[in-house]
Formats: sequence, C-alpha cells, structure tokens
Amino acid sequence: MFSFFEYVLIAFYVAGLLIVSRWIGQQAFSWMPPQATAEAQRVDDLFSFLVSIGAFILLGLVGVIVYAIAFHRASPEDYSEGHPSRGNGKLEILWTATPTLLVVWIALQSFNIYQQLDILGLNQIVHLHTPLESAPAYAATVSDVPKPASETIDVFVKQWDWSFRYPNNVTSKELHLPINRSTRLNMQAQDVIHGFYVPEFRLKQDIVPGRKIDIVLTPIRPGKYRLKDSQFSGTYFALMEADVYVESLDKYNQWLAQTVSSETANDKNQAVAENIQPPKTLFKSGWHTITPPQPAIANQRKINNDT
Amino acid sequence: MTHDMSEAIAKNREHQNDWRQYFSFSTDHKVIGVQYMVMTFIFFLLGGLLAMIIRAELLTPESNLVDRPLYNGLFTMHGTIMIFLWIIPFNAGLSNYLVPLMIGARDMAFPLLNAISFWILPPAGLLLLSSFLLPNGTAQAGWWSYPPVSLQVPGDQFINGEFIWIVSLVLIGISSIMGAVNFVTTIFWMRAPGMTFFRMPVFVWSVFSAQLLQLINLPSLTAALILLLLDLSFGTQFFKPEGSGDPIIYQHLFWFYSHPAVYIMALPAFGIIAEVLPAFSRNPLFGYRSVALASLGIAVVSIFVWVHHMFTSATPDWMRMTFMATSMLVAIPTGVKAFAWTATIWRSKLHLETPMLFAMGGAAMFIFGGVTGVMLAATPFDIHVNNTYFVVGHFHYIVFNTITMAIFAAIYFWFPKITGRMYAEGWGKLHFWLTFIPANITFFSMHPLGLQGMLRRISSYDPQYQGWNVIASLGSFLLGASTLPFIANIVGSWLYGAKAVDNPWHATGLEWTTSSPPPRDNFEEIPVVNRPPYDYGDPKYSFVENSDNAESNR
Repeated sequence: MFSFFEYVLIAFYVAGLLIVSRWIGQQAFSWMPPQATAEAQRVDDLFSFLVSIGAFILLGLVGVIVYAIAFHRASPEDYSEGHPSRGNGKLEILWTATPTLLVVWIALQSFNIYQQLDILGLNQIVHLHTPLESAPAYAATVSDVPKPASETIDVFVKQWDWSFRYPNNVTSKELHLPINRSTRLNMQAQDVIHGFYVPEFRLKQDIVPGRKIDIVLTPIRPGKYRLKDSQFSGTYFALMEADVYVESLDKYNQWLAQTVSSETANDKNQAVAENIQPPKTLFKSGWHTITPPQPAIANQRKINNDT
Repeated sequence: MTHDMSEAIAKNREHQNDWRQYFSFSTDHKVIGVQYMVMTFIFFLLGGLLAMIIRAELLTPESNLVDRPLYNGLFTMHGTIMIFLWIIPFNAGLSNYLVPLMIGARDMAFPLLNAISFWILPPAGLLLLSSFLLPNGTAQAGWWSYPPVSLQVPGDQFINGEFIWIVSLVLIGISSIMGAVNFVTTIFWMRAPGMTFFRMPVFVWSVFSAQLLQLINLPSLTAALILLLLDLSFGTQFFKPEGSGDPIIYQHLFWFYSHPAVYIMALPAFGIIAEVLPAFSRNPLFGYRSVALASLGIAVVSIFVWVHHMFTSATPDWMRMTFMATSMLVAIPTGVKAFAWTATIWRSKLHLETPMLFAMGGAAMFIFGGVTGVMLAATPFDIHVNNTYFVVGHFHYIVFNTITMAIFAAIYFWFPKITGRMYAEGWGKLHFWLTFIPANITFFSMHPLGLQGMLRRISSYDPQYQGWNVIASLGSFLLGASTLPFIANIVGSWLYGAKAVDNPWHATGLEWTTSSPPPRDNFEEIPVVNRPPYDYGDPKYSFVENSDNAESNR
C-alpha cells in the first residue's frame, strides 16, 4: 500500500507526534489547580498520562485529515475515484488492536492509581458476592474494617449549609484540617443529595441522605481553599460553599482550643440572606423557592454536648 | 413512456411540491420525515435561545440577569429540549425520510403508527413549554431530575413544573418506542430484493443499532419517570430517603437509558458521516464491514456502561472498577469508525462542498470528544471533574460539535433530494465557518473551567473563572447568530433555488436513483440490488461514465 519513502515519512510523523504529545502531557500539570492532598498528585499523574495518549490520537488523526485537505483536492468536475481500495485486513486488525491495547493500558494505569488513592478502602470489594443477601445499597458506605485515620471530623450538610464537628465536640462552619495527617470525614446529608468537593483536593463524594459516607484524605499543602457542593441541590446551589483551612497540627489544635473558649460568632448564611433579600436581577420569575432553614445551632460556633 | 403516465408523474410531482401536505395527517414516510425535521428545528432554535440566556448570565460572576429559580428552570429546559425534542426526534425524522429510500421500500412497515408517533410530539412539546406559565414555573431539577431535589415542590401545587416535565417525557418516550418498533421492523422485513445486510448503507446499520437500543433501554427511563411521578404526586416512597426509598435506584434506572441515549443520538450521526465522506472523497467507505459491525458493537457495549455517570454517587469500588473497564471498551468500536473515516479520506479526491465540510468538521471534533470521553471513564480523573464544566464541554463536543454538525451535513446533503432544489453553496460555507469556529470557542473554553473546578449548574461563580466564561459566552452568541444564514439559505432555496437533478453529488445509494423529490411510492418500480454499497471506485457503476441519470445506472 505504501512505498518505502512513504514508510520513512510516516515513521518521522509518528516520532514527531510522540515528542509533541509527550510535551503536551507534561503541560497538563499546569492546567490543574494546586495539589493540596497526596491524592491530588496521583490524579494529576494519571491526567498527564491521559493527555499524552489523547494528544497522540487526536493530532495523529486530525493531521491525516488536514494533510488530505491540503494535498488531495479534486477539481470541481473530476468525479473519478481517489483509490478503489475497499479495505485492508491487516490494517483493520491493526487499528482494532491499537485502541484495544491502549484501552487496556489506560484501564490498568487508572486501576493502579485508584488503588493508591484508597479513598473508601478497596476492601469493600468483598461485598461483591452478597448483594442478594444483605442490604446491597449500603455496601458503599459501610466498610467492615474502616481505614485507619489519625483524625475524624463529622460533616453535616443540608440545603444550603455546611457544618463540621471536631473530635472535641466543637461545631463550626469552617473546615480545618491538620497537614500531613490522614483525616476521616464522616459525612451526613439531611435533605437532598449533596457533594463534597474541593478542587485542590481532587476528591469528590456525593453525600446521600440516609447513608453514612466517609472518605479519608491527607492534605499536604497549607492554605485556604473553598469547599463546594458538587451535586445540584436546588435553588441556592451556587451559594453552598465553605472555607477550608489546611494548617500545621499546632495551629489546628490552637484553633480548636480557641473556638471552644470563644463566644459564639454569627456566620452569615448566604442562602438565608438571599431568600430574605434576593439580588437585583434584570428578569424576575417570581417563582417560589424552598425556604432555607433559619440560622440555628449549625450557624454558630458552639460546644456540642449532646454526644 | 405513455402520455398518461407522464401526466400522472407530473401530477405526482405537483402534489409532492404542495406545502400544505406538511400540515396534514399524512402516512407518507417522507412527509412525516419532513414534519419531524422542521418541528424539531424550531425546538432547536428555542433550546439555543435558552442556552444564550444561560451564557449571558454567566458573563459575570454575580447573579444579575435572571433570578436563581429561573436560571435553574432555564438549564433544565435547555437540556430537556435539546435531547428529547431536537436531536432524538430529528434523527427519527431523518431516518424516517431516508431508511425506506435507502433499502428500496415503498414506505415504513406501519405507516399509520408512524404518523401517530410523530403527532404525539407537538402536543408533548407544547405541554412542556406551557410550564413556563405556571405560578411556580418549570421543572428546576436539571434534565436528570434526580430525587430528592426533583420531589421538592415549593408552593405545593398539584400541577407543577416537575409534574408537567414527567408527563411530557413519558409521552415523548411512548412516541420513541412506537418509532423504534417501526424502524426495526422496516429494516428487517422491507428491504428490496438483493439488499442483504452487508449491502445496506452504514446509515441504515446505525439507525438499526440506535433503534434497538431504544427498544431495550427506553422502558427503564419510562419506569423511572412513572415511579418519580408517583413519589411526586401520590405519596409513594420509591426514591424518598426519609421513607423507605432510595434515590440512587433512580440514578441507575435513569442512566440505564440515558447513557445509551447518547449513542441513540450519536449513531445516526456516525451514519451520516459514513454516507457523506465517501461521496465527497470519491472513495469507497474503507473497511465497510467493520464500520457496519462497529455500529452494533457500540450499541451492545453502551448498554453496560451506565454507572460511569455515578462514580461519585456512593458507588462501591467494585462497581467503579467494573464500569470503568466497560466504559473504556466503547473506545474500540468508535475507534474503528474514526480510523475508517480517516482512511476513506486518505488519498482521495476531495470535494469540499458544504455537506463535506460539516461531516469532516464533525468527524474531527468527535475525535476530540472521544479522547475526553476516555478520560472521563478513568475513575480517579472522573472523580475530580465529575459535575464540572469539563463534562459539559465533553458532552457538547459530542452533541453539538459532532452530532449537530453531522445533522447539518445531512440537511445539506439530502436537501436536493427532499426539496428538488439546490441550496446556495456560498451561504452554506458561510454557515459552516460561522458554526465551526464559535462552536470550538464556546465548548473548548469549558474544559479548562472544569479542570479548575468550576461546577456545572451554578448560577454565580468565583471571580477566578470569569475569563474563560466570557470567551465561552461570546462564542455562544456567535453560534446562535450562525443559524441566521442557515435559515435564510434553506427557506430561500426551498422557494427559489435552482432545480436539482436526481443525483447532484454523483453518489451511490438507492435514494439517488429516484427522482428529486421522490414520488409517493418512492420508486417507479422496486429496485433490485446487485452490487456492494459505496461503489465509488468501481468504473462499472461509476457515475462518471453513466451521467447522473438514475436509469442508466441500474
């Protein structure tokens, strides 16, 4: 099908593509937000790998199309055939095998990295054989042997409000995490499905009402981040954010102690504020909305003695 | 030819050109096809208008154009209209028009059922739109309508936006099931003598695969919607967590249809690309058999991938890993298609008329969308970008940059056949560039936004996301404007365009052997097929030697 010269040209093309796509893959790290957890580093490695392979395929195929547009145009009245070739067994096997091998490679790489993340703990895989005997839906949330973590924080979420309870029973609207320590977040939703998402952490987990869901993460970069609700939760969905602080263990303990002794401070709940006084928009529908619960316990820093 | 016969043919043509037939209850598959296509295009314009309002709101980080309930209603209706009242029924219309012509049949297997499936749609669409007038407005839970959010009814009216949304979708679903029965039966039993499965055009293969998916998977969505309606209005607790229900079950039922739905939309688009590329590159479709079988392969694999939409939904690890593997398998048959298209163009004689521009543009954009699709199948990466604009960008590369571009290719390609007139080439090319460039500006911008963590469905956002949002919004306004030259061209050409010959593209395929527009019964006599499809390279059948007269080609 090809002459020797063409094989050489194709070889050069493929070599060039390999270099360019590898370079694009390296750039991919800079397209992501800063890596604030150990998990984020692994996810970014995977993303870079995926971008390299993707760039190779995209540039390879689009390159051929552009080449054809540049060099294989016919004159308007020329309706004779280009080449009468209807198929080529070897070539078709090659291009079925290529995506198959790539897919296997990508899947293995992803599986490998998923195992390293160990977000919920892979031991739940043993539930595979019991879906008919016990309550199968809870397999995701209850693990027989909980993954060890040095810190446990309860996360309570409702429309449109986050609150966090710390081991010393302090409840706050801010999430504080000690750096370089694995922390378990026990998450509970009250009304609808919400999602825990901090882009810099690369982790996301839906919180389904009626289920206890936990994830374990290890922050590695101090700073202030924004926690967002990743699952559409109704009218004031966009306002459902909270501040996240990753800080040294000393600072974290200091903050905990300070919060215990400090007076209750009112945090403004934006959804509540907007429900009372909606922002001025050009078009107003006048449609009803669910009224967010008024500020209560969750809206104040308070020592919680009920557990 | 006797005098009587030519008079009858002339009368027939007159009837075919009578615009009033398109407003009548006709059982002619061609009339029904046009009815579908014109009606769904109106919905496309409406859905696009809603998208432009959404993009206008997202020009600035604050919420300042529409209030939040309206914004939520806008994206819910945009998604619903574009999927259920534009792409899926447009494909049904195009398939209606083409399938009997392509397989050498006089009509669909059940013409009356065909007409009924169409006439369910206008009332269902109007019903859906009427919810804008309700005191509490339209449904506001997104096109997924996940409970419990979709079960919350502020204001407590029995007839509310969500109620209307469910009823319209059930009606549309019934219409689709009727259509699917009809298509599968027609393709199976109505083929002309000699039209074996491996002589069928790939478009027919892809319609066959897509409609099989409708039959297998659509009942699951219908069931989910009926259970949701019972929960919403009649006090049951199938999906209510405060009762004994489980909202995750809804997600399984919903995605069991709605992931294959992507292929119900995409397969006919792949089919269009496989028709247009060979015609304008003058090559046989490379690897025809593998491309045809890949359509079925895509249909089979896509039944087993639905959980990849739920990687973050409290899904156990074993399920995450299993569905990661199955989702990636889709890349194999789709890869076969993309490689075959590219090989068809290789060493060809390209004619870059408008249909070809749209088909090549669509094919190239599909490769981009496919690459990000494989990324999304990789669970660890998906966990980061799930529900962000990365997904919105990927999805629109498929549904707009691939499927809608292919639909435009189809409209231009078969316009002479359907109307008997030629469209204006210059306007067509203008339309292509006005679509291709802004579509990439709009939907590419969403990828960096998603990687940075901007969530979908938010009505206001953090200021750091504004740059790419402004670019996406400006692109979307241009994209909206691009439909104007298209409408002008289509309406103007339909009324005043130059008369088209039977086969202006020198294409193979049975539909080009009959007159433009085709007579009531499609063919003066049922053709006998004795050659493989896409015979562009074979001088025996080449139109170059035989002129564009259909008679001499048989």
